[in-house]
Amino acid sequence: MEVLLALSSGVLYAAGIYLMLRRRLAQIIIGLGLLSNGTNLLIFTAGDLTRARPPVVPDGAEALQQPYADPVPQALVLTAIVIGFGLTAFSLVLAHRVHETAGTDDIDEIGRER
Amino acid sequence: MSMLVLPILVPLITAAVLMLAPKRAAPQRWISLAGSVLLLVSALLVFVRVNATGVQVLQISGWPAPFGITLVADLLAAMLVAAVGVIGVAITGVAFSGVDPQREAFGYHPLMQMLLMGVAGAFLTGDLFDLYVWFEVMLVASFVLMALNRTREQMEASFKYVTINLIASSIFLTALGLLYGAAGTLNMADLALLWPTIRTPGVDVVLAVLFVIAFSIKAGLFPLFFWLPASYHTPPAAVGAAFAGLLTKVGVYSLIRVFTLLFHSAPPALFALLLAMSAATMAIGLVAALNERDFRRVLSFNLVGHIGYTTASLSLLTPAALSGAIFYILHHIVVITNLYLVSGVLLRLRRTTDMAGLGGMYRDQPVFAALAMVPIFSLAGVPPLSGFLGKLTILEGTFAAGAYWVGGLVLVVGLLTLLSMARAWADSFWRPATGAGDLAAPGTALLVTIGALSLVTVAMTIGAEPLFELTSRGAQQLLQRDEYVQAVLGTAR
Repeated sequence: MEVLLALSSGVLYAAGIYLMLRRRLAQIIIGLGLLSNGTNLLIFTAGDLTRARPPVVPDGAEALQQPYADPVPQALVLTAIVIGFGLTAFSLVLAHRVHETAGTDDIDEIGRER
Repeated sequence: MSMLVLPILVPLITAAVLMLAPKRAAPQRWISLAGSVLLLVSALLVFVRVNATGVQVLQISGWPAPFGITLVADLLAAMLVAAVGVIGVAITGVAFSGVDPQREAFGYHPLMQMLLMGVAGAFLTGDLFDLYVWFEVMLVASFVLMALNRTREQMEASFKYVTINLIASSIFLTALGLLYGAAGTLNMADLALLWPTIRTPGVDVVLAVLFVIAFSIKAGLFPLFFWLPASYHTPPAAVGAAFAGLLTKVGVYSLIRVFTLLFHSAPPALFALLLAMSAATMAIGLVAALNERDFRRVLSFNLVGHIGYTTASLSLLTPAALSGAIFYILHHIVVITNLYLVSGVLLRLRRTTDMAGLGGMYRDQPVFAALAMVPIFSLAGVPPLSGFLGKLTILEGTFAAGAYWVGGLVLVVGLLTLLSMARAWADSFWRPATGAGDLAAPGTALLVTIGALSLVTVAMTIGAEPLFELTSRGAQQLLQRDEYVQAVLGTAR
């Protein structure tokens, strides 16, 4: 499972970076999204995967029993997802304004006077 | 010590009040200024406390150290937060000379407070993931401040700025994920204790390089600085001043933190890499500054070049060099902010910062010219101003560490800085004016602020001895780590 997740994360990074090297605004933003999701998957995987053992103290027990899934990476990923969502939304609005102002979605054309 | 939360809480509350307050200029400006003054006061309180009784720690919600989020203030953090307060007051004071009305209506003031909060939070946090969150707070505020523009040039700069910073954040986050996977904690003090015992050479280097790349983008180190001169000259002067003074310093601060706490015993090649990057930054930044004919772009490249001073000193990791770096950071925050404000006055007077359209300031605006002399010559490193003292301490640090070629480079780059700033001074102020005369008044609030920041520079020059004593103690604290780790984790460990 780790291998599969590591590979998916790698594919997401590669696809994200490839898209960010393109000139269209929309592609850059999709690239950013893929990159941040690749990172989220990486944090999740690096924090060790434990299946079907939520970190919840069972009824009658005093403490958690090993093995249990580490809740910290999940909390980190959750925070990162929220931040990534906000940033993607902001980039979309910014791209829209760039398009409005410059009349083009080509990153090389924006600064060029018509 | 609950006082530690004040430099974060005060701007947050100020921003909230600003959003609810009437959107007219006067109340917004006054509330903003009051908030910044309160921020400065609380930062100074924190500083006095840290100076008197050592590292201060606040465990948020009472969760003990490695489990909860910790706020820590050692001397370095306390001094930098005080600098944030000074810059905050300056930037909000400048608003009285007028802000673009559209910007002011779209939340210029609350965003500036958010920016200050993000920077103060980044300096105070004792947790690497929390550092990432503060980075994002700071960046989102800076994104919006930058993108409240309408011209093509500004839109292009904003988009580049946003993209490169998001890439840096992704790299930072990647490093955090791997570090958590390897160490099981992201609390800085805990890591300082654990990492030397569990690190494996491969992981160590990968993580260090990821951190170096992420923070170098933020700090503007070669070869990752090209976004900075392409974007910092486009927003209005006050925004540029806040960015130049504070944002790159957060990158440098983060480099100092991870290198003193985590990677102090990393392979020497890593320090060589940082040193090489810093040397290239210094050289290329200043050569590029000499090639520019626009006052603000000259400043951007000077900003980049001088970041190299501080990171080169960091890469030597000796107390003297580190102390010089801290001194230089403090000097540079004040001076570069002031210079961007000077560029704002130039822009108001002549509608341009291209040196071809400047000149004659010394005759037409003698008061402004006299005030602007302080930051210009301080950045240039003319004795006895703080820039000279800063360079001297860095030079002593490099020579004491035996890094003679770095010292030599610092001298050469110092000469180039002198050349670049002297030319900026001669072309903008001394040379007879070529174009039309002044188009507008310089703005009283701008002049008062420039004067006040110049006074701070003079005070740093006169008080260099006690300040240097402080930065030396700050550097000792950074390198010995015991006090920091004990304060955060308690004496039990």
